Amino acid sequence: MTLSNSLPALIVASSLLPGLIIFFLREGSHRLRSVLNMFGAILKLVLVAALTWGVFQDDFFETRWQLAPGLELVLHADALSVLFVNLSTLLWLVTTVYAIGYLEHSPHRSRFFGFFSLCVSATVGLALAGNMFTFVLFYELLTLSTYPLVAHKGTPEAVRGARIYLAYTLSGGLVLMLGAIWLQALVGPLEFVEGGLLSQLPDELHGQLTWIFLLLIIGLGVKAALVPLHGWLPQAMVAPAPVSALLHAVAVVKAGAFGIVRVVYDVYGIEFASDLGLLMPLGIAAAVTIVYGSIRALSQDNLKKRLAYSTVSQVSYIALGTAIFGPLGTIGGVAHLVHQGVMKITLFFAAGNYAETLGVHQVSEMNGIGRRMPLTTLAFTVGALGMIGIPPVAGFVSKWYLGSGALEAGVAHWVLPVLIASSALNAAYFLPILQRAWFRPAASSWPQENIPARRFETHASLFLPPLVTAALALLFGLFAGAYWSPVEWAGLIAEREYLR
Amino acid sequence: MNESMSLTIILPLLGALLAAAWPRRGVFIGITAVLLSGLAVGWLWFSLLADGPSHQALGGWDPGLGIRLQVDALSILMLSMTALVALAVSVYASHYFTRRSQAERFWPLWLLMIAALNGLFLAGDLFNLYVTLELLSLSAVALTALGGKRAGIAAALRYLMIGLLGSMGYLAGVALLYSAFGTLDMQQVAAQTGDDPVSQAALIVMTAGLLLKSALFPLHFWLPPAHSNAPAPVSAGLSALVVKAGFYLVLRLWTEVFPDTLSTQGVTLVAVLGGGAILWGSWQALQAERLKLLAAYSTVAQLGYLFVALALFMSAPPGVARELLFGALVLMALTHAFAKSSLFLAIGVIQHRAGHDRIAELDGTAQRLPATTFAIALAGVALIGLPPSGAFLGKWRLLYSAISLDQWLLVVVIGIGSLLAAAYVFRVLGHAFGRSALSVQAIHSVHEEWPALLLALTATLLLGFGSAWIWPFLEHMA
Repeated sequence: MTLSNSLPALIVASSLLPGLIIFFLREGSHRLRSVLNMFGAILKLVLVAALTWGVFQDDFFETRWQLAPGLELVLHADALSVLFVNLSTLLWLVTTVYAIGYLEHSPHRSRFFGFFSLCVSATVGLALAGNMFTFVLFYELLTLSTYPLVAHKGTPEAVRGARIYLAYTLSGGLVLMLGAIWLQALVGPLEFVEGGLLSQLPDELHGQLTWIFLLLIIGLGVKAALVPLHGWLPQAMVAPAPVSALLHAVAVVKAGAFGIVRVVYDVYGIEFASDLGLLMPLGIAAAVTIVYGSIRALSQDNLKKRLAYSTVSQVSYIALGTAIFGPLGTIGGVAHLVHQGVMKITLFFAAGNYAETLGVHQVSEMNGIGRRMPLTTLAFTVGALGMIGIPPVAGFVSKWYLGSGALEAGVAHWVLPVLIASSALNAAYFLPILQRAWFRPAASSWPQENIPARRFETHASLFLPPLVTAALALLFGLFAGAYWSPVEWAGLIAEREYLR
Repeated sequence: MNESMSLTIILPLLGALLAAAWPRRGVFIGITAVLLSGLAVGWLWFSLLADGPSHQALGGWDPGLGIRLQVDALSILMLSMTALVALAVSVYASHYFTRRSQAERFWPLWLLMIAALNGLFLAGDLFNLYVTLELLSLSAVALTALGGKRAGIAAALRYLMIGLLGSMGYLAGVALLYSAFGTLDMQQVAAQTGDDPVSQAALIVMTAGLLLKSALFPLHFWLPPAHSNAPAPVSAGLSALVVKAGFYLVLRLWTEVFPDTLSTQGVTLVAVLGGGAILWGSWQALQAERLKLLAAYSTVAQLGYLFVALALFMSAPPGVARELLFGALVLMALTHAFAKSSLFLAIGVIQHRAGHDRIAELDGTAQRLPATTFAIALAGVALIGLPPSGAFLGKWRLLYSAISLDQWLLVVVIGIGSLLAAAYVFRVLGHAFGRSALSVQAIHSVHEEWPALLLALTATLLLGFGSAWIWPFLEHMA
């Protein structure tokens, strides 16, 4: 056991084991549960920092465990997985703080935090997966561990939403699994390699490879909410706010988008995928999703639903960046994986704060909320401006790279209109909210004021997390040129994908 | 070696006699006998690993007519499965029966069933197999009738008829083979079978009889009423172990006794029936209103997977992929045994606490029994074939073979079957989250809940993460 062959497994275990212990805790042992949660989250952060430093130095980290002949569990750290692991670890820590505050008096907390930890373990396992088999395994585990979180409230709508979620994601998982098995039947157990491996295959297999690509993208597209596979996402909004935040920013939707990036870059290879003519359809699917999601978001009065459709739209930026051939497009798409995460989690935290503190669920109830909850609304504003793509928030940087990438690849004639339309639509559904929140007078009373304003607008564990993530969204935009920024790291990934 | 082989049969048999003689001490005798025969299986492991596969002529009679026992990787895996499931179910059963008369009748029959199973997995000659098969059927029928309710007895009677019919088919085949080849020893028969009419006729009647016993669609009609009306520990044993006996025998006959007799049409037919079983069984499980019926139909579907895997195995060209599929097939059979027995025991707990097993009214119960609900979830994951269960690995290999052999229809059937399985499992689990008027004070009862939980954990974590050794073991100890 050296660090280089145990670190990936330790990173998965650092949330898995606390989660398993939490299941057995009595409902009342609030403090022990919180300590375990925070211990796991911080330990994971430390381990991930070590991993990041190692990968930056080009060190080799890999854990292998044979489950059956030809079916090996491989956890491997490369630049792309490190990016996703960092995102999920960082946001898990913040979300744990938030969730502890949010669920303070609700029932079934042991169950909730147990599955919450399992969900993050599955996400991290998926990020570190070194081959398709391992990826599928964690992809399914992610589905299983999020189902109880979506159903958590136990209302008929929650159970129904969870069932719809499950129907979509299990079907998607099955399709992905079929694609992966077919690929394995064709070329053997395939490990992810920067630059891909399939280009060496003979021409007569290209037809089958196209079908397999379709299966893989459909399977991943369900979680990534590509239109028309997005139907579960608005339904899953019944989940508690921390779950929605995690689902939309880190875990489920991102798992799908991350998988698309993996398949295109590290299974097929970007050049080979381009030669097979697979990038164009993927790009069109992404573009349709971007526009469609934004249009649907316009008409939603429920704040969380509006954010959900916004996710549908924004996550497809990642797929779009993947479909644009060229390093700049790659940087835009991969960096947006992180940018969208910090911005969207901010928005969901804020939405949760409005609901938890004042009982505000609808956009139409948000008049004057900026004066009652200035810190939360400030964070919300940063997130919303970032979604529109206004500098210096991180979202602007993603769009800049996507646009430049499109110019470089010669696809600007359809990508730029999509980006512009999306920004305009984002402005159309976010700016009215900001205008209401800051400039309109408040109604005489809030729908259901649960937490009175004392020294602060709400509990510290509720308003601090969105401030932290909003600050990150600003920092990632302002310091996009710093060596630690997601953009620079995405540059490292692009370098390794194209110059191999 | 010799002693341990016969001990696995003699010990439960002796236990059955003792339990019949001292019914009051039934629980003690039963648990002890199950434990001891489990230890005998453990001993057999040691000798197998030390000496390799071997056989033994019981009573010193010559092979041909004498009783022959033999052990190899497949049989020891089946014996271990039986020992572990039987132990968990026995612990559960020791507190299950409320009426003493039921308990007193349960233990002798239960031990007899285990003896028959062990004998069947070790038998090396065709007539001995017939005897164990008959013994198994009779003890299983008597156990089914144990509940004493009208529906249970009707189901048991039907089960008895089917069992006899199946055995008769098998016996007719044995008679044909003996008249043609003059021996009953499996190896000696195997050396003489070919694609001659006698071998073919024998293969057909024997297989048909066994398919009836292992409830392959559309011959499954007797299974749901029998398995769903029996007491919970009995259902667990029937669904996990007894139906596997029929499948095991088909596997042995096809691969070892009739390798040259089997025709492509026969294999195709079994694949089609297996596919039908997957779809029909899963669909009926989804429609079921009671948990036990759901579990019983799920068994019908799961047997379909096993027969589909067997058919693919028989039609695959020799090579690595074929060997890998064989291991997957065994792993799926093992996983199902643990998952299904866990499911039936968990249903038993729910039935005991709630007084019913109607799915629509489960809300409060599922929340008061978190450990049992968790067991159902894990068992369900194994039945669907999701990670981290052994069935996930098995299904991966199964689909791999189906795709490699261009059997796209089977790929679709397996896919639909998986989704239907997910639908029926989560239809139950959804109730774990519903809000109920009852107080959600959790109940924890160790001896009642833990057997199911341990079985479910075996099906998922142990077989999911710790089963890579099965493949080389099957290859080297064949």
